[in-house]
Amino acid sequence: MGLTTPSASAPPAAASPGTGPGAPPTPDDPASLKVVPARHYARWVAAVAVIVLVAQFAHGLATNPVWEWGVFRDYVLSETIVHAVWVTLQLTAYATVLGFLLGTVLAFMRLSRSPVLQTVAWTYIWIFRSIPMIVQLVFWFNLSALYERLGFGIPFGPVFWSVDSNSIIGTMGAAVIGLTLHQAAYAAEIVRGGVIAVDHGQLEAAAALGIPRLRQIRRIVLPQAMRAILPTAGNEIIGLLKGTSVVYVMSIGELFYQVQVIYGRNGRVIPLLLVATAWYVVLTSLLSVAQYYVERRYARGANRTPPPTPLQRARRFVRTLRAAAAQRNQPVTPLKPLGDSR
Amino acid sequence: MNDVTVAVEDTTPTVDDVMVELHGVHKSFGPLEVLRGVDLQVHVGEVTVILGPSGSGKSTLLRTINHLEKVNRGWISIDGELIGYRRSGSKLHELKEKDVLKQRTHIGFVFQNFNLFPHLTVLDNLVEAPVSALRRPRKAAEETARGLLDRVEETARGLLDRVGLADKADAYPRQLSGGQQQRVAIARALALEPKVLLFDEPTSALDPELVGEVLDVIKDLAGTGTTMIVVTHEIGFAREVADTVVFMDGGVVVEQGPPAAVLDDPQHERTRAFLSKVL
Repeated sequence: MGLTTPSASAPPAAASPGTGPGAPPTPDDPASLKVVPARHYARWVAAVAVIVLVAQFAHGLATNPVWEWGVFRDYVLSETIVHAVWVTLQLTAYATVLGFLLGTVLAFMRLSRSPVLQTVAWTYIWIFRSIPMIVQLVFWFNLSALYERLGFGIPFGPVFWSVDSNSIIGTMGAAVIGLTLHQAAYAAEIVRGGVIAVDHGQLEAAAALGIPRLRQIRRIVLPQAMRAILPTAGNEIIGLLKGTSVVYVMSIGELFYQVQVIYGRNGRVIPLLLVATAWYVVLTSLLSVAQYYVERRYARGANRTPPPTPLQRARRFVRTLRAAAAQRNQPVTPLKPLGDSR
Repeated sequence: MNDVTVAVEDTTPTVDDVMVELHGVHKSFGPLEVLRGVDLQVHVGEVTVILGPSGSGKSTLLRTINHLEKVNRGWISIDGELIGYRRSGSKLHELKEKDVLKQRTHIGFVFQNFNLFPHLTVLDNLVEAPVSALRRPRKAAEETARGLLDRVEETARGLLDRVGLADKADAYPRQLSGGQQQRVAIARALALEPKVLLFDEPTSALDPELVGEVLDVIKDLAGTGTTMIVVTHEIGFAREVADTVVFMDGGVVVEQGPPAAVLDDPQHERTRAFLSKVL
């Protein structure tokens, strides 16, 4: 930021008679001082470099025939692919909802005062964070080999009722169970992190008011913990969305499996990987937008005035542009010729 | 600390007009003995002010009264009911958390740092406990809450800003000044219609010019015969409002009596030393 006087060339001492040589210049009219914003020349150079690189890449995408955009167009909205996207979404939704439900229970078990609950939760998290998801999924896929029948009865005693394990847990069921159990272990730690970030005074206040324990968790603790939970949970859900591609080992028709099947048949590997990439990018973007608004909702009361959303900012920008344009279009009142008034 | 039994001495809670009674209360945090046998009686409608240097155990004492801290020895009763324990014969059985929570609805507690729920509006802060703990219908609870907000507003005389708290019912706590937040916290404690109100240094976190509006509300409550125990450093307030001043040091009650006696003519050397520093 630099301040310039109307007569910038004049030495400061001359512009301010009566003050010492080190004193700031005192112009005749302080309101006439003009503010010149700092110039960031390096930013302009960097921006040009980035634009050139992006243009090169885009040019390559458009002109390199190996990308085979025609094949991409044929498949990206095809029935098979759209159905596969639907399966991917289902897997993500089930594992997210069930995983975070179970994870929340585990988190509060770990935080409880009961040593039994603490130990059970700790052990669960230890085991399921230790086993690679793909290994676990294959285990569930082969459940019927381990336990042919599942039933109810007296432990180590007679069984009253049992079913064939394959008949109740299909492939999709096995995938959901595997993803959920894996997800729950991570969700538990995320939720626990959020809960311990809540000010201890909040719990004391809730306890002092005699609010029942479950209600304390649901109404006082969790909503405040959400602020710390959401950014990591968003990460985790997006990770899960892409992580569902692992269930291709169980030959479930989700996005990545279906794409592999198609390029295995027609050999068009690159455009079909592009199809999958495009869908993952779209879904991830939607999740990111959702995350932004959910985070905003749980920030209620955290700021005196919440910052505007990008949409609100864009609208405000358009409004100011319009206002400026309207002003420009107004007829200019002609200046009176100097000397006339005298 | 489950199923801990504590030997009971032969005394039993007195009912009469004693609202709060503490008998031989001991409390340690690890090797640190914070309370070393405190006896105290607070009568119905009385205001007791607890003074003492920091670390004297006064806040801990207040927190044992609503069982935010469990005592290691001794007992506490409110309106003749033991807090945190059930007596059978010569044993005290620790109560389940659920029952302790129920007892706490009779004990209002106002914290130094307000501890309002920042994600709930002012009105929801006031309504939460009556609805969930006392199972009041929401409509009625909201009406009571608005009345209380009016009340803590009217009694805060000499306010700098005359913005009504009742108009702020839909605001979030962080949009209020510290003084307003503490008055909301007092209204929240009152919403349960407690038998006794406990204040833990209610003005210590406030800017000096906001202290008055909070003390005004507490004075008003004292005038209407609410039983209160106030831990504070405001000697002037103690002199004006207290029926009994209790001076604590080193985890014991050093001296207690009417404010004129304790504040103007202290019998104990430690009381004199403390008062000479704060007056």
